[in-house]
Amino acid sequence: MYTTNASRGLPRHRSRHLRERYARWAARALVAALVVGLMWLVVAFHLNGQWMFALLFLVLGTALAVVFTRRSLMSHRYIFPAVAGLGVFVIFPLIYTFGISFSNYSSSNLLSEERVRAQLLSRTYQEEGAAFGFSLHREGELVRLYLEAEGGPTGEGAKRFMSPPLNLANREERRIGVQPADRAPAAEPLAMGEVIAARGALQGLRLVTPEGLELRMSGLRHFAPMLDRYEARDDGSLFDHRDDRVLTPDQQIGFFVTDDGETITPGWPVAVGLDNYTRIFADPDIRGPFLQIFVWTFAFAGLTVLFTLAVGFVLAALLQWDQLRGKAIYRTLLILPYAVPAFISILIFKGMFNQHFGEVNMILDGLFGIRPEWFTAPWLARTMLLVVNTWLGYPYMLLLCMGLIQSIPRDLFEASAVDGGGPLTNLFRITLPLIIRPLTPLLIAAFAFNFNNFVLIALLTGGNPDILGASTPAGTTDLLVSYTYRIAFQDAGQNFGLAAAIATLIFLLVAGLSLLNLRLSRVKV
Amino acid sequence: MAMVQPRSIRARRLAAHLALLGFVSLIVFPLLLVISISFREGNFASGSLIPERFSLEHWALAFGIPWERADGSVVQPPFPVLLWLWNSVKVALVSSLLILALATTSAYAFARMRFRGKAPILKGMLIFQMFPAVLSLVALYALFDRLGQLVPWLGINTHGALIVASLGAVALHIWTIKGYFESIDGSLEEAAMVDGASTWQAFRYILLPLSVPILMVVFILAFVMSIMEYPMASVLLVDEHKLTLAVGAQQYLADHNQRWGNFAAAAVLSGLPITVAFLVCQRWIIGGLTAGGVKG
Repeated sequence: MYTTNASRGLPRHRSRHLRERYARWAARALVAALVVGLMWLVVAFHLNGQWMFALLFLVLGTALAVVFTRRSLMSHRYIFPAVAGLGVFVIFPLIYTFGISFSNYSSSNLLSEERVRAQLLSRTYQEEGAAFGFSLHREGELVRLYLEAEGGPTGEGAKRFMSPPLNLANREERRIGVQPADRAPAAEPLAMGEVIAARGALQGLRLVTPEGLELRMSGLRHFAPMLDRYEARDDGSLFDHRDDRVLTPDQQIGFFVTDDGETITPGWPVAVGLDNYTRIFADPDIRGPFLQIFVWTFAFAGLTVLFTLAVGFVLAALLQWDQLRGKAIYRTLLILPYAVPAFISILIFKGMFNQHFGEVNMILDGLFGIRPEWFTAPWLARTMLLVVNTWLGYPYMLLLCMGLIQSIPRDLFEASAVDGGGPLTNLFRITLPLIIRPLTPLLIAAFAFNFNNFVLIALLTGGNPDILGASTPAGTTDLLVSYTYRIAFQDAGQNFGLAAAIATLIFLLVAGLSLLNLRLSRVKV
Repeated sequence: MAMVQPRSIRARRLAAHLALLGFVSLIVFPLLLVISISFREGNFASGSLIPERFSLEHWALAFGIPWERADGSVVQPPFPVLLWLWNSVKVALVSSLLILALATTSAYAFARMRFRGKAPILKGMLIFQMFPAVLSLVALYALFDRLGQLVPWLGINTHGALIVASLGAVALHIWTIKGYFESIDGSLEEAAMVDGASTWQAFRYILLPLSVPILMVVFILAFVMSIMEYPMASVLLVDEHKLTLAVGAQQYLADHNQRWGNFAAAAVLSGLPITVAFLVCQRWIIGGLTAGGVKG
C-alpha cells in the first residue's frame, strides 16, 4: 500500500507564492489564537477553583501547541482535531464521571466552598421589634416614602423619616438617604393596590437613616433594618448572629454544621470515598431497585437481540429464495422501520398504545373486549417495550443476515436438495451455522446498544411504572442508563455522585463487551 | 439456474408471498395510520384508515398557520414545529460538516501515513465509541455549564454546545472513510508528489475529488444521526424556541392531553424527508452502519 510521510523532516522553504505564504501565516495565526484562547480558559477555570476543567484545557492547549509546531509530528496534525474531539467529549467525561463517583456532588453540594461561604455571608435577617411602617405619598410625577417606627413612642417622640421624591419606575437596587421628618406629608397615601404595583421598585430600595441604620422592605407594610446574619471568623467558622451559634465547616460531609449537629444547606462537594458504591450494594432502598433494574436491563437487551435476530433471520432466509419475485419491494418495505427516525416511530407507538385513545386498545376492545393498561402494569409495559423494540430493530438484523447469506456458496443448498433436504433443514443445518460466527461480534454490539437503549425508554415509558419503596427515582421498565439519567437529572436531589457511580459500573460492563467484541471480530488496523 | 426443484414449489411460493404480505402490512400499519390521522379531523384515534372526514387542519397547524374551523373558532398552532425543524436542520448541518471535515483529514492520515500510535489510536476509538453518550451527560452538563459562564455561546441552552458536543462521535465515520481511501490506488497521489505536490496538496487536489461519493454518504449519515440525537439535546436545551425536533416532538403526547392529529402531521412533515433520504442512500448508509455495528 502506498504511504506518505507528510513531508516529515524536510526543511520547509519560504514559499515563492505570495498566496501560499499568506495562507501559512493565517494558519499559524489561527493556531496561536486557539492556544491563547485555551490558555485563557485554563486561567479562568483555575481562578474559579475548577481544576479538572483547567487541567482538561491545559492538556488540550499544550497538545495543540506541540502538534502544530513540531515538524516531526506533521502526520499527527491530520488526526489532531478528531482525536481532540474524542478526548474532550468521550474520554474526558469518562474520567470526570469516574472522579465524581467518589464525591457527594449533587444539587445540595454543587458550589465550591468559597461560593457557599459567600452565599451564607450575604444572608440577612430582620432585627426584631424594629420595623417601620411606611406609606407612599405622591408628589407630582414622583413619590415620597414616609416611615414611622412601630412599637415605639407615638406623637412627638416617634422616629419618623422621609425620603426624597423617588421615581418608582426605576427598579434598580439603590441606596437612598432618608431625613428625619415631623409628620406625614399632606398628600393622601397611595392605596394598597398601587403599593403592590410598585413592589419591585420598593424591594430595590436601601434606605439609610442619618444614624447609619440600613432599612429594607420586609413586607407590604413595613421597612425594617436588615442585619448580616453570619460573620466570618478567623478560624474559618461562621458566627450566626440571629441564633447565637457557631457554624464549623465539616470537610467530611461538605456542610457547615452547628454545635448540636444541624447541617446548613447549601454545602460543597467533598470526596466521600467509596460511599456511593457501598450505598448501591448496602442500602436496601437502593439495592433492591438497582438489582431489579440490572436484571431487567440484561433481559431486555438479550430478548431484544433474540427476537430481532429471529425475525430478521427468517425474513432474510425467505428473501434470498430464488423463486420469490418482488424481492426489491419487500426489502424496501421491510427496512422502513429502520429508515423512519426513531424518535418519531417511538412516539407513534406511544400514541397507539395509549390506554384510552390508542388504536391498539381499540382493536383489542373490538376483538376481545379488553383494554390492557400498557403504561401502568409493569409486565404489560415490558411486553410493549419488547414489541416496539423488535419492530425498530429487526431491519438491522435483516440487513446483516441478508449480506451474510449472500456469501454462502450456492452448491451447499444444491447438495442438500439432492439429498432431499427441505427448507427447514437448509435453514437450521446450513444457513444458521454458517452465518452465526461472523454475526457474533455484531450481535454483541447490538446487545451493548440495546443495553443502553436510552431513547426508547425515555420516549416510550419514561421508566414508569415506578418501583414502590425506592429512595431514588426508579421504574420497573428503567434500564440502567435511564435510571442513571433520572438520578442525575430528574430527581429533586440530582445526586450526580450516585449517578456517576452507577455510570462507572456500566462503563466497566460496556468496556468488557467491547473488548470481547474486538477480540471476536479480529479488527485489522 | 440449475437447481433441483422440489415438487410443491407453487404452493410454497404462494405461502411465502402470503406470509410476507401479512408481515409487511403489520409492519407498515403504524406508518400508514399516522399519515391517515394527519388528514383526519380532530385529535382522536377513531375512524378508518382512509379518512372519512378529510381535513387539512393538522397540516396547517404544523406549518404554523392558524386554522379556522367550520364553526368559526380559530385554532392556534400548539408548538413551533417549523422552528424546531429549522433548529434541528441548523444543528445537524453545521455539526455534520464539522464531523465530515475532521473525519476526512484523520481518515487520510490513518489510510496513507505511518506514524507513532496509529494502531492503538484506531483501536481505542472503536472501543470508546461503544460507550453510551447518556452516561457522559453529567460530565458534559457540568462542562458546558461552567464553560457557558466564560463563553456565552457554549453554555447550557445554546446550539453551539450541542454542535460542539457532537464532535465526539467521529470514530465510526473515520473508519468508513478510511476504508474507502484504502480502496483507492495511491499511484495518482504518488505521481503528484513526484511532480512536487505537498502531502496536503495531494490530499486536497487528488484524493478528495475521487472520494466525493463516500463523503456524501458520511455527510448524510452524520446529518441523519444528528437529527435523531435525543439524550444530549434533552439535557442541553431548555427553552421551547431552542428545542430540536427530537426533543420537542414528545410534547405533543403529554399523558392526559394527547394531540394525536397534530402530532401525526408534524411527524410526517419532519419524518418523511429523512425517511426518503435514508431509502435513497440506503445502500451506502447500510454499508457504513453494518460495518460499525451500531445504529445511532
